[in-house]
Formats: sequence, C-alpha cells, structure tokens
Amino acid sequence: MHLQLQAFLVLAAALFAIGIYGLITSRNAVRVLMSIELLLNAVNLNLMSFSNYIDAQGIKGQVFAVFVITVAAAEAAVGLAIVLSIYRNRDTVDMEQFNLLKW
Amino acid sequence: MNLAEGVQIVSFCILSLMMIGAALGVVLFENIVYSAFLLGGVFISIAGLYILLNADFVATAQVLIYVGAVNVLILFAIMLVNKREDFKPLPNRLLRQVTTGLVCFGIFALLSTMVLATPWAFSTAPAAAESSIVIIGEHLFSDFLLPFELASVLLLMAMVGAIVLARREYIPDEILPGLTRPSGLTLPERPRELLTLTSGGKGDLRNQKPASSTKQPIDTNA
Repeated sequence: MHLQLQAFLVLAAALFAIGIYGLITSRNAVRVLMSIELLLNAVNLNLMSFSNYIDAQGIKGQVFAVFVITVAAAEAAVGLAIVLSIYRNRDTVDMEQFNLLKW
Repeated sequence: MNLAEGVQIVSFCILSLMMIGAALGVVLFENIVYSAFLLGGVFISIAGLYILLNADFVATAQVLIYVGAVNVLILFAIMLVNKREDFKPLPNRLLRQVTTGLVCFGIFALLSTMVLATPWAFSTAPAAAESSIVIIGEHLFSDFLLPFELASVLLLMAMVGAIVLARREYIPDEILPGLTRPSGLTLPERPRELLTLTSGGKGDLRNQKPASSTKQPIDTNA
C-alpha cells in the first residue's frame, strides 16, 4: 500500500473546508486573516502533492508554492495593516461592524 | 509493505491528525491567542507533510516564512488590537454556524468525490536525482524569471503599503509660534485626532479627548 496522491488531496480539501468555515463564521478580523492563511496553505499542499506525484522530474509545483508563500506573506502584512487601521478608526475588531461600504 | 512505507504512512497519519486538529482549534477556539499558536502548529505539520513529499526546500521556507514571519506578525497584531470586547450577539447565530458548517461539509464532500473519482495521470518517471534546491533555482532563473522579479516588486509594494496603512496620519495644524517644524530625518507625524470622527454618530469611541490635549499619543490599549 503506497501513500497515494488522493490522501494528500483529501487532506487539503479538509483544510480548505475548515478555512472557509472560519472565514465565514468568525467575527474577529484577525481570525479571518488566519483563516485566509489556512486556505492558502491548503492550496499549497495541493500544489506540492501534484508536483511530487505528477511532475516529479521538473518540480514546477514547488516553484508555484514558493510564489504562493511570497504572496501570502505580502497579504498577511497588508491585511494586518488594514485591520490595525480599521481598529484605530472604529475601535473594534468586530467584522459585523465593518459595514462602512455596505450599501 | 516494507519499513519505509510503514514509516511514511504512520507519519502521514500523525501529521494529518495534528494538522486537522490544530486547524479546527484555530477556527473554533474562543480565545484568539490560542488560535494564533495553533496556527503555528498547522504550519509546522504542513512543513512535515512537505518533507513527506520530497520537498525539503519548500518545507524549510514554510517554517521560516510562515512560522517565523507570518505567525509572529499575527501575534503582534493580536497584541496591538488586544481589547477584550464582548461582541454583540447576533440573531440566529447558531443557525448561521450550522448552515455554514453544512455548506463547508458539502464543499469537502464534493472535492473528495472529485479527487477520488478522477483518474490521475501519474508520472512513471522516477524522482529527480539532483536536489530540489538546484531544480528550483534553475526554474527561478530560467523560465520563471519574470514572476520571480514580479514577486520582488510585489513584496516592495506590500511593504510600502503596509507602512502607509499602519502609520498614523499626519494632520498639519496651525504652526504654533514657539514650535519649529521638525526637519531632517524625523518623521513628521502625530496621533490622529479622534475627535473629528465623533460627528458621524456611528463610531463608538471611548476616549474622547478635547482638542487641546491631542499632543500626547492616545493609548489605544487603555
């Protein structure tokens, strides 16, 4: 019994579903950013498993994963700066009160 | 099943259990500090899974960037906005959570059936003989050169954007007679005047200070 590609893909799907649940239900803005990190990591896990099992010679999936990690780091920095700025303005981190642009 | 495959399967099971449990903890814990530390656990277990997938360089980058930078950044953000507030209860909160859970489980079931039903085109070629670092380096400097350079530009833009967003705004007021304007390398800024926001009526500001006392920084963690 080999360790198969499907095991990694199902694991990544579970992580993705957990991330979406956290993204929708959490009310703290920092926890929303953490859920986005979970989503990006699920995508990375997919890329890495495809790179190992399907493209084992030229591992392009790993290069893509490196790029996704870069974008995730930039996203975390900018997102946390936005959270900090909103907190300074509205004095709360409740997502339900960030409705300034909502119709 | 020889010894190596058994070790692989056992470590895969341990890592995946760690990852799923820590991810559930990130989403479900009430205290956000626990969530941040469990997020580090998720990143560490994903790095272990990368090592199982013959990717040593990306596992190292995962530990360095995610655990070392992103998680610490999130912890700093939690420290900066650490205000114990009780969120106002929403109507039908439980119903919303149950509905979201069902939808997410549906997404998981859909993806799993898709994964298990698709005939994947596995490569029969053996894994590359040389180290993955060498291959990634060759990719980065030959056919992925433009995205590599764009990533550096993106990081620069993110850095500038984060600084611009997070620093307090400089509101120039009338030049006081005895006060010389700061010159040289000092950054001319002072805390934003919170009093101007209260006219909107929606902001629930606690510390409304008179306009004359805005010289000292307003402690947002008070």
